[in-house]
Order: sequence, then C-alpha cells, then structure tokens
Amino acid sequence: MTRYIIVRILQALPVILAVITATFFLVRMAPGGPFDSEKAVMPEVKAALEARYKLDQPILAQYFSYLSDLREGDFGPSFKYPGRSVNELIAAGMPITAELGLYALIFAVLLGGVTGVIASLRPNSWVDHIPMTLAMIGICVPSFLLGPSLVLLFGVHLDWFPVSGWGDIPGDKVLPSITLGAAYAAYVSRLSRAGMLEVLSQDYIRTARAKGLAEWRVITRHALRGGLLPLVAFMGPAFAGLLSGSFVVETIFQVPGLGRFYVQAAFNRDYTMILGTTIFLSTLIVIFNLLSDVLAAWMNPRIRSDLLDHD
Amino acid sequence: MTERQHFEISDLDSGISLGKDAWIRLRKNRLAVGGLVILVFFFVIALLTPWIAPYDYEIQDLDLGATGPSLKHWLGTDIFGRDLLTQIMYGGRISLSVGFLATIVALVIGVTWGSIAGYIGGRTDAVMMRLVDILYALPFMIFIILLMVVFGRNMLLLFLAIGAVEWLTMARIMRGQVQTLRQQEFVEAAVAMGLSRSMILIRHIVPNAVGPIIVYTTLTIPGVMLLEAFLSFLGLGIQPPKTSWGLLIAYGAETMEEYPWLLLFPGFFLATTLFSLNFLGDGLRDALDVRSAKD
Repeated sequence: MTRYIIVRILQALPVILAVITATFFLVRMAPGGPFDSEKAVMPEVKAALEARYKLDQPILAQYFSYLSDLREGDFGPSFKYPGRSVNELIAAGMPITAELGLYALIFAVLLGGVTGVIASLRPNSWVDHIPMTLAMIGICVPSFLLGPSLVLLFGVHLDWFPVSGWGDIPGDKVLPSITLGAAYAAYVSRLSRAGMLEVLSQDYIRTARAKGLAEWRVITRHALRGGLLPLVAFMGPAFAGLLSGSFVVETIFQVPGLGRFYVQAAFNRDYTMILGTTIFLSTLIVIFNLLSDVLAAWMNPRIRSDLLDHD
Repeated sequence: MTERQHFEISDLDSGISLGKDAWIRLRKNRLAVGGLVILVFFFVIALLTPWIAPYDYEIQDLDLGATGPSLKHWLGTDIFGRDLLTQIMYGGRISLSVGFLATIVALVIGVTWGSIAGYIGGRTDAVMMRLVDILYALPFMIFIILLMVVFGRNMLLLFLAIGAVEWLTMARIMRGQVQTLRQQEFVEAAVAMGLSRSMILIRHIVPNAVGPIIVYTTLTIPGVMLLEAFLSFLGLGIQPPKTSWGLLIAYGAETMEEYPWLLLFPGFFLATTLFSLNFLGDGLRDALDVRSAKD
C-alpha cells in the first residue's frame, strides 16, 4: 500500500509540473500584452510596468522566476486589479466555491445514494424505473439550463428562494447547490445502483442471507461497502466536474467564488490571474484524483494489485 | 464475446450477421428507436435548414421585438424580433456539427492510439497508456477555456480542442478490445498468412471491435455537445453572428423573467437531443452486448 501511494505521488508531481509549464507558455504565447489597453499608456509607464512584472526579461528567466515564486506559494500580482495579488483573489473565492461544492456533493450523495440503493433492491420495478428515468433527465439537462429554469420556477413564480447572491439572504444557497449537484446526484444514483446490483449477486451476500441475517443487516453490513465502492473512485472526477461546474453556477447565481473570478479573468484577459488559478485548480484536481484513487485502492485490494501490475 | 464471434462467423452464410442481429434487438427497445427517429429527424432538418427555414437568419424586426409563440412565428421571436425557430434551426446545425465532428476527431485519435497500444503491447503499450492516465488527471475544462482565451474563439480550434480531450476513454476501450481480439484464432491465421501488422489491425481487428466503437461514439457525442454548449453559455464558445443551442440558452437566460420561451425552447431541443443520444447509446450497448467503461 505504501508503495502504491508513493508511486502515485511520484506520478502526480510531473503532471503538476507539466500543467504549470504548459499553462505558463500558453499564456505567454497569447497575442497582445496585458497592458495593451484602450487608453494609450506612456512608453515610460509601460516600461516601468513591464519591469515591475518582470516582462522585460527573457521568457525562460520569467519562467524560472515564476517557478521559484510558486515554490513559496506566491502566484504573483493580478494584472487587472492593481495592488491585489492572485493569492488574495484565490483566498477570497476559494472558501465560497468549496462551500458550494460541498453542499452540492452532499445533495448528490444523499439523493443519488438513497435512490440508487433503493432502485437496486427492486430492479425493474417502479422504484427502479422512476429514479433511473429522473437520473437520465438529470444527466441530460445541463446546469446552465437547470439553473435558470429553477430560478424561473422557485425564484420568480413561486418566490420560495432568492434568485442570486451567496450568504446575503437566508436560503440563497439552496438553488445554486441543487443546480450544481443535480447532475452528480444522477451519476451517483446510476453508479450506486449498478454497484449494488453487482454485489447483491455475489456469494458472500448469499452466505450472509443463508446464515439468517435480517435483510436490512445484509444490506447495511455487507452489501453497501462493496456496492458503493465505485462511488469512491468517482469522487475524484466528480470533484473536477464540480469545480468546472462552479464556473457556470456561480455566473448564473452571481456567487462571488473562484469560478466566477476565473470566467471574469478569462474575459478580462487577466493573464496572471488565469495562470495562477489554472495552476491552483489543476493541482487541487490532481491531488483529489490521487486521494480518491488511494482511497478506492485501500477499500478494495483488487484494484490495488491491478494497478501495480500495470506498472 | 467469444461465443458471439463463433455465432457470427458460422452463421454468415445463413444470413444473420452481427449487425442484423443487433438491429433486431435494438428495434425492440422503444426508447432507443424513439431516440434514433428523433435524431434522424433533427439531422435532416439541420441539413436542409438553409432551404426550409421559415425566415432569413439575419433578418431583424426591432419594432416587433420579443413575442410569444404565434401562427406566424411558431416558437415566438427574440428581443430583436428574429424568428426563434429559425435561430434554433441554425443553432442546431452548429451544435450538431460540433457534436459529430469533434467526436470523429476523438474517434480517430482514440481508435488509432488504443489499437496500436493494444496490438504492439509490452513497453510501447505501457508508455502509451501511461500517457493516457496522465492526461486523464488534467482538468480539461480549464484547459479548453485557456485555449479559447489565448487563441481567440475560433470554431475549428473548438472542434480540435474538444476532440483532443474526448479521445482518452475511446483509447482505453479500444486497447482492451484489441488485447482480447489479438489472441483469437482468426488473427493467428492472418499472421500465419503473412499479413503485415497494420493490415491485420485495419482489416481484421478494428472491424471486429466495431460494436464497442459505435456504442461509445454514441455516448461521446452528448458529452461533446454539452461541452460546446457549456462554453458557449459562458461566452467562450461559438461567437455571434453564428449561434448554437448553448448560446441561445445563454441569451434566453438573460431575459427569461419576461420572455421565458427564449430559454425553454432552445433548452428543450438541446435536452431532447442529449436524451435521444443517451437512450440510443444505452440501447445499442444492450443490442450489441457491450460492457461500457462508463457504468
């Protein structure tokens, strides 16, 4: 197990370095400098700005100086918001995005897990068909369609929940969290149903039943652990999806999180902000993939040996 | 899988091919057939749009403004007085073509990559699949946004970027298929007859893996279309004056409180297409008896 974790960490490091390098050079290749604005800037001012942001140095020198700043956790200054650093913007946005993602995930796991497990217990009955059809709808109705529709129904017509903001009015966190979580609830539901169905046909479940355990004990003590295993492996990719989903959801509901900063930075061509956030988010995603793989391997030695054979 | 191949090979003369067999089973799946019918319908409409669209794409009627569905404008008009049905038809052309073309890019890369890795095996395979593992770990949405920002919002780039992202799973599936297939007798026979490796791959292995390829392709298209719509919604995908369903949804969301149909109709068409593709994909998977890596 230790070996597996070490192997995975050693694999993750070059990935992160590759992300940093690729992002850095991509952003530097972008046409137009960050200070080419509509207003004409005096050449001396421009030179001073470029010197301050080290843009007058050769690109390799810039790259290595950026790397050494990164090693200290410094993402550099924002080009568009003078006086603010990328670190400050990330620090302001990340807790909100994390909170939103957490609520969405809780919603997804509770709704999806419960419906999936129930569906698996009575396959091909109405408790199976109805949630699975709904899950298909959940997968096919994208967040940028679901969000506005929920706003229209629950925000405008029924007036149950506020339609935008985050933490200003009670209840304004409900719609963004549901919008972000809905598609994942659908995936979780399908995954847990499939996982449970597979486990329920195994011999050890028959053994558990044969020794006279009550059905709910068979489910809770024996089937759930194996049946929900695919979910653990799904958490890594789900995390990445939640982060990119937050771009849309935060834009729709005007949530001041990292996703909205990112989209704004993309429109403003705030290169340092894009660079910093991309590296930050990518690293997070790589770490989460790592954690979810390690957790899945820890829960299921078979995966672990498969992965080791693969090396 | 093995049994099926024997069945197919021995029964070829008597007339039930794998394709026919699958078609018979697919026809029994009402959801899948419904999906197929809707898709064919949308596809034909998209092809014929320039000739059958009720109004000119660019024509505006600012005096008219946004109106609800009526006999003159079946799905109403947008705030510039443009006919929404016409907008949706032209938008559908772009959404569908992005979906299909980017999937073809993904298909070509994935099938080539996966079959080479699976057939050659050994170190080559290990290196090639390790690369796929590494790419899997990257946050692609962020990268596509980055690409669109850096190189401008160009449609060709959008195709390539999405296609370059979506080939990974296809490569994995293909590799698994090839690994199984290359141990079968008909491949040994081909080797014994002295065929070259590339010939064996192209003529004997890829055609036998066509089931999983079809199924996974059908399931990739909705993912690709979602990605396009997602980017267009954020304003980072298709750019005006062109339009796509994602872009129409974005416009609709801006004015939905006064004119909800501008959101709901484009949304309906996008969701229906995605539904149909998913149901068709699931139906094909059952009909061709393919185990997907997705569930």
